[in-house]
Amino acid sequence: MPAASLVIENLTYSYGKQLPLALAEFSATIRPGIVTGLVGPDGAGKTTLIRLMTALLLPSTGSIKVFGLDTRTDASQLHQIIGYMPQKFGLYEDLSVLQNLRLYADLQNVTGTKRQQVFQRLLTFTGLEPFQGRLAGRLSGGMKQKLGLACALIRKPRLLLLDEPSVGVDPVSRRELWRMVQELVDAETAVIWSTAYLDEAELCQKVLLLDGGRLLFSGSPREMTERVAGRCFQVQGISSNRRQVLSRALQQEGVQDGIVQGQNVRIVLRDGHAQPTLEVLEAGAEARLVPVAPRFEDAYVDALGGGPGGISALAAAMAPLSGDREVTVEAVGLTKRFGDFTAINDVSFAIHRGEIFGLLGPNGAGKSTTFKMMCGLLRPSGGNGRVVGLDLQKAPGKARSRLGYMAQKFSLYGDLSARQNLEFFSGVYGLTGVRQQETVTRMIDIFGLQPHLKDSAKDLPLGFKQRLALACSVMHEPAVLFLDEPTSGVDPLTRREFWTHINGLVERGVTVLVTTHFMDEAEYCDRIGLIYRGQMIASGPPDELKAQTATEQMPDPTLEEAFIAMLQQWDAKNEEAS
Amino acid sequence: MKDHLRRMKALIVKEFVQILRDPSSLMIAFVLPVILLFLYGYGVSLDAREVKLGVAVQDQGKEADHLAAAFLASPYFRAHLSRDERILEQELMAGRLRGLVVIPEDFSRQVEKGAGLGRLQVIADGSETNTANYVQNYAQGVVATWWAMRQRDHAVDKQSGPQLLTRIWFNPELESRNSLIPGALAIIMAIIGTLLTALVVAREWERGTMEALMATPVAIAELIIGKLIPYFILGMLAMLGSVAISVVLFDLPFRGSLPALLLSSGAFLLAALGQGLLISSAAKNQFIAAMVAMITGFLPAFLLSGFIFEIASMPPMVRALTHIIPARYLVTNLQTLFLVGDVWPLLLPNVFILLLLAAVLFFLTARKTVKRLR
Amino acid sequence: MFNRIHALIIKELLALLRDKKSRIVLIVPPLIQLFIFSFAATQEVKNQTLAILNLDHGRPALTLEQDFTAASTFSEVLQLQRAEEIPAVIDQQQAIAVLWIPEDFSRDIEAGRAAQASFILDGRKTNAAQIVQGYALSILNSYRAKLINNGQQAGVSLVSRNWFNPNLDFRWYTVPSLVCILTTVIGLLVTGLSVAREREMGTFEQLLVSPLHPLEILLGKALPALLVAMIEGAFIVLVGVFLLRVPFNGSLLLLFGSMAVFLLAIIGVGLFVSSLSMTQQQAVLGAFMFLVPAVILSGFASPIENMPHWLQTISYANPLRYFMTIVRGVFLKDVSAAIVWSQTWPMAIIACVNLCAATWLFKKRME
Repeated sequence: MPAASLVIENLTYSYGKQLPLALAEFSATIRPGIVTGLVGPDGAGKTTLIRLMTALLLPSTGSIKVFGLDTRTDASQLHQIIGYMPQKFGLYEDLSVLQNLRLYADLQNVTGTKRQQVFQRLLTFTGLEPFQGRLAGRLSGGMKQKLGLACALIRKPRLLLLDEPSVGVDPVSRRELWRMVQELVDAETAVIWSTAYLDEAELCQKVLLLDGGRLLFSGSPREMTERVAGRCFQVQGISSNRRQVLSRALQQEGVQDGIVQGQNVRIVLRDGHAQPTLEVLEAGAEARLVPVAPRFEDAYVDALGGGPGGISALAAAMAPLSGDREVTVEAVGLTKRFGDFTAINDVSFAIHRGEIFGLLGPNGAGKSTTFKMMCGLLRPSGGNGRVVGLDLQKAPGKARSRLGYMAQKFSLYGDLSARQNLEFFSGVYGLTGVRQQETVTRMIDIFGLQPHLKDSAKDLPLGFKQRLALACSVMHEPAVLFLDEPTSGVDPLTRREFWTHINGLVERGVTVLVTTHFMDEAEYCDRIGLIYRGQMIASGPPDELKAQTATEQMPDPTLEEAFIAMLQQWDAKNEEAS
Repeated sequence: MKDHLRRMKALIVKEFVQILRDPSSLMIAFVLPVILLFLYGYGVSLDAREVKLGVAVQDQGKEADHLAAAFLASPYFRAHLSRDERILEQELMAGRLRGLVVIPEDFSRQVEKGAGLGRLQVIADGSETNTANYVQNYAQGVVATWWAMRQRDHAVDKQSGPQLLTRIWFNPELESRNSLIPGALAIIMAIIGTLLTALVVAREWERGTMEALMATPVAIAELIIGKLIPYFILGMLAMLGSVAISVVLFDLPFRGSLPALLLSSGAFLLAALGQGLLISSAAKNQFIAAMVAMITGFLPAFLLSGFIFEIASMPPMVRALTHIIPARYLVTNLQTLFLVGDVWPLLLPNVFILLLLAAVLFFLTARKTVKRLR
Repeated sequence: MFNRIHALIIKELLALLRDKKSRIVLIVPPLIQLFIFSFAATQEVKNQTLAILNLDHGRPALTLEQDFTAASTFSEVLQLQRAEEIPAVIDQQQAIAVLWIPEDFSRDIEAGRAAQASFILDGRKTNAAQIVQGYALSILNSYRAKLINNGQQAGVSLVSRNWFNPNLDFRWYTVPSLVCILTTVIGLLVTGLSVAREREMGTFEQLLVSPLHPLEILLGKALPALLVAMIEGAFIVLVGVFLLRVPFNGSLLLLFGSMAVFLLAIIGVGLFVSSLSMTQQQAVLGAFMFLVPAVILSGFASPIENMPHWLQTISYANPLRYFMTIVRGVFLKDVSAAIVWSQTWPMAIIACVNLCAATWLFKKRME
């Protein structure tokens, strides 16, 4: 076994005397030749740990040694051997791809013929060769991350630190990033990859699980996954409502975690508890409980003490919306042109009351453009979008009072306190007086915001921001909910809690349109529309899409595999045509 | 050493590409100077010409007519004659007149009697304090000239008495533009040196590029020099362009030499850039950086540099403060270079003080900037 | 509708005042500017050094020298010995002016000939030179009068009075002007940054998908700015009157009534700039591009009458020009409502135009 490249001993770090420790009594070793995953809920201390490794922060007590270099005393030598990609990577957006590469090459002392070779390799590697002259700011999210990685890789580092490199990146680009890093790793290089995507962590040879600044687990993902072996089941063949099945399952004492997977429901049992009976779940006559292979995510939730319960207090407090399963959100021939460029060409779909519709697609394919036209932020060049039967361009105020909107960045007023945000948004949606106060109080109870009521929204932990953002967007009991990458960068526990609420609301008759890069999230959808190159290239329930792409080599594709296969098929078909 | 140079070069090239691509920095560097020069060249003029003055002629006599004619003929005033003092007083109240001369009823009689000017009055609108000063001075002047002419014509007294021959060196016409434009140049340089530099460094913090740079082998000194050189060059270009505009478009003389100009403005820019870098090492967000740069860079260059407001007339505390304002030294040097020439005994000490200020600011910046996030 | 705007106003005020840094930015810089400006911004000429080269030892020459050294403008006197010293003294700014009395000055006076002394000024500092020249001439006038009176004739004397500001105290001029400039800065800054900041934070989209009408959003931006700027204006007036001792003779009602109209015009500009900018940096720069010319063309630094005619025409579109007149008039002259009105209606027109333009641009840039 090669010697450890990174030794962390009794590391403690504090951002201030009043604040809780960001890292406490942390000891670990990291060895070269593998990718080490860094996982943990929001605020666990992942970014702090990485910054401490780069010597951009210095430990309060304890030490970090990188290949024998102490971060306190040898920072300048250390900077010669590390590659670092911060969370929002420092690309110069007004420099071109090549100019960014040249800058970092010069700063990393990579010159001469070696430099040409490195550039050639990295450009081919990242697929950025055709875009050398393009400004970094004009690249799509996935390409930006690839360029960022390329810049960190220019002089082959001995320690590569990647802080959530795949947030907001589509599955295709995510795979490519992963492949690039895999190819880089050799016996001398150590890689640390921090992530909120647990399927990525599962691919790492080793993971460090952090919670509240402490190390909960260190070892191979398989080792951790084995802890939940024999406790994972799928409820298949559900003929009743699968969301209700999940909710009922989660109320069982023996079930500690559960999610929707297409038409099925996946549950994880508590250690030493028996499986619930199918009668209790009311899953229908054909339903069966099938043992499935455990995943790292199951073990992660297990290690952190299980997921949230299955009942949404938010939905419980909401009056059910009357009406049948009529169409509530409809796109008819939506088209958007920017000058000569057609961003969206003739996209149509209809969503019924009480349905979750997911918009999926690679970065830059037109997903956000479609979404923005549907909620009235962009005016379509052709076609129209209707919400609860109203044209957003013709009756904007009326239509908008029926919809709720939650964006990726949780657009809260950072300078206002949590309570003030609630009061503001309720006021904007026309709630007044006693009714407003009641609603605000209810939201505070439901989302457990009490301890943070007076904190400025910008200082809230990410999980609370997410809760507050959801609270703000549903206070007026909208009939339609628009969610734009609602759980991007959020850890699995918070994500589960979020979906419990959404599932509950949908059961009350709310219609949901969601864009996402998380395949787990896409599995919650009743139907999915796949947007690629400005067109809707496929739509249908997740299981149907998976079935469509099943082949002999891949009899049971995951949604992600199905997604990638469909893009490839579409590209192949179009190449033939031209 | 080779590595240092290459890294610095890379940072400088990067900075230039950014400057060229960002319209707002080009605006600050090249459009704002032109606007400021035009405003100071045309808009601000301390030379009182055609000040609106009311002349209340209550006397029907010949002497009163002559004096009123003298006011009408003066290039300094646009005189409005009236018999009724009250109408003119109302105009003064409304701000349509800046001053009022009252020629009393028995004026001609008093003058002819040889009893002097009688109760001739000049009333100025004190709410426009500076203009009031001019009204007083020029009205005195008109009356004195008129009186002298009359004395000579009447040959009452052959004796000419003492005369004061005033000569104004360097700027005989007392064209205020000649002293204001050098001040405007100092403001332009302060904006580029302090405001722009503070903003671009704060922007690197906000966008996260600084964090990425910090984790590379780049040294702090390289980072500082990498910011310094591009904005130094930009500032010098803006400076030379502005000097050219001043000479060609506004007909300012330029009596100094180019080396003296480069030396003075270079020393000033170093101090201004040092200030900008110091601000940005403390303020890592653009809004705060802009505010601090405005208060410590732009406003002092405008108020305390002595180009509009006389430093000597300020209270001692404020006067002491002006000694650490770099713009003060630049304004003196530029006014001298434009209007006088290379007066080295005046220029050199100022350059020396500017360099000293720059050295102190850089020392503080280097001490405050560490390769660390907090 | 009223409730929604109420929510917007509360939100805007909280966003502005909850954060310590932005509270400081709203209060401290204006105060610093008020104090430094009101002490520093003086065009009076005091504490100057005069150099005297007196080559004549007769009594008339000595008297003339004494008259100059006694003048309050000159706090220091530099005695020169030779004419060759003069260029260096002026070039190096050791003195603002040189009084040069030639050898035969007293002799000429006594002989009844035209006696001539020279007064050389440094033309680099135009304003100071101009005023010192005026002082010198009046010193000479009174000197001549003394000479003639000793003989037989009464001198030329003129009664000078300054209305509204008898001692021509410069602070009485600066403080009212600052009330205008500082309220402009606040009004412009608060509105100018507001939309750009929401764009950068992503909250703007959240507003756009809410049932708020664009006009409501604009009102929600304009009213808090108006409120904050009015309060700030009142605060500056208070500091000016009670701390800096500038008299306030006019009507508060007229002052604040016209201030509201003026601020609406400024807020229109701020909203326009804000709708145009994508980032806060652009908004700051845009506000700056309006502010600097507006202040220069307001008649503060130099009278509008001194400008070329085309520039005077442009200045009619500058709301600051009218408000300066009003504030100075109300502070010192106690002007009538009719005079205030004559300056207010042009501002009202400008306000309408600006607000309409801002609304138009805002709607256009909604996408």
